[in-house]
Amino acid sequence: MARNEWPLFEVFIRPKNGLSHKHAGSLHAADARMALENARDVYARRGEGVSLWVVPSAAITASEPADKETFFDPADDKVYRHPTFYDIPPEVKNI
Amino acid sequence: MYTQGLDVGSDSDRTTAPTGPEERFQARVDAEEKIEPRDWMPDGYRRTLIRQISQHAHSEIVGMLPEGNWITRAPTLRRKVALLAKVQDEGGHGLYLYSAAETLGASRGDLVADLLNGKAKYSSIFNYPTLTWADIGAIGWLVDGAAIMNQVPLCRCSYGPYARAMVRICREESFHQRQGYEIMLALSRGSDAQKRMAQDALDRWWWPSLMMFGPSDGQSAHSAQSMRWKIKRFSNDELRQRFVDATVPQAEFLGLTVPDPDLAFDEATGHYRFGAIDWSEFERVLKGDGPCNRERLEARRKAWDDGAWVREAALAHAKKKDARAQAAAA
Repeated sequence: MARNEWPLFEVFIRPKNGLSHKHAGSLHAADARMALENARDVYARRGEGVSLWVVPSAAITASEPADKETFFDPADDKVYRHPTFYDIPPEVKNI
Repeated sequence: MYTQGLDVGSDSDRTTAPTGPEERFQARVDAEEKIEPRDWMPDGYRRTLIRQISQHAHSEIVGMLPEGNWITRAPTLRRKVALLAKVQDEGGHGLYLYSAAETLGASRGDLVADLLNGKAKYSSIFNYPTLTWADIGAIGWLVDGAAIMNQVPLCRCSYGPYARAMVRICREESFHQRQGYEIMLALSRGSDAQKRMAQDALDRWWWPSLMMFGPSDGQSAHSAQSMRWKIKRFSNDELRQRFVDATVPQAEFLGLTVPDPDLAFDEATGHYRFGAIDWSEFERVLKGDGPCNRERLEARRKAWDDGAWVREAALAHAKKKDARAQAAAA
């Protein structure tokens, strides 16, 4: 079979105003406009959203799952980034 | 189920001797952690999922054909819009699933090629013909009912993209089953001829629906490994029993007779006992000798071939527009 596939796009849907776009899945389309129309038909047949993004899958740079620990552990030992790190007497209110 | 071909025959899906990464992987699965596309996974897990998800996708796509047969002849506009929406959903379900399979590194072109050249399987149920309007009711009620029974546990499958696709699919399937049952209800409360039509549809679709769950647990080649990997949550026989238990009272409500002389409610277990399934028919249909196997594949090949110029033209147009945009920017 001829390998002239339409490129892959990732689809993101904003369920309603006030919420962020969320990944819904992917689809193939010849160009971005077709991807948007196909995304409406494939991922939003029942009022799933008020806004759609389509992004060429090839344009996404992702972190490596194998590096998860080294990549994310700088955050693990910084307890002082959390509000509970700081001692405030209980009689102090509204803080 | 839609992936029942997995359970037949035995090719080499043995995992290699447990090593470090395999044990860590199994520990993650055992802890109910989801596996995501770029995570390390055993080759057998990846292969099993690609086969299962693509068979499932093919089943959705081929499943559009028997029902599509009745769109132009639906008895009312209400029935027609519902059937159109259902068939469109099935196309959508096929696409969610292909996209889940692609996250495992499979190419869409290869998956489609495997369907068209007969290498990949799809559910045996779609190789039966839809002879009357009542068949559309029976498919929604029984075939989608059986599919839901199987698919609800797949929403908790260990592989994230498959589980998420199944959540969407299950949300949409319940309309399918209800529209089917409503058709059966209208016919079974109609004229004598309509009642006979409903009974005839139940007679023809009952056993093939039970076969959708795949071979008995003892005969099922890949079940144990799939359970260990938490791809599968319940055995074929367990799900089949649940389906029978749920469906028999629905048939009684319709005033129709399930075509099984051995069917009886067992007070002791609280389950229905049912007769032996003709597995030779199942094997025959799965291997390509069902009433409609050739017709279904021909229809898919024709759709693929007839669409070739559209796919090529759209790509050529996109390339031309890109080149123009780049020239303008330069």
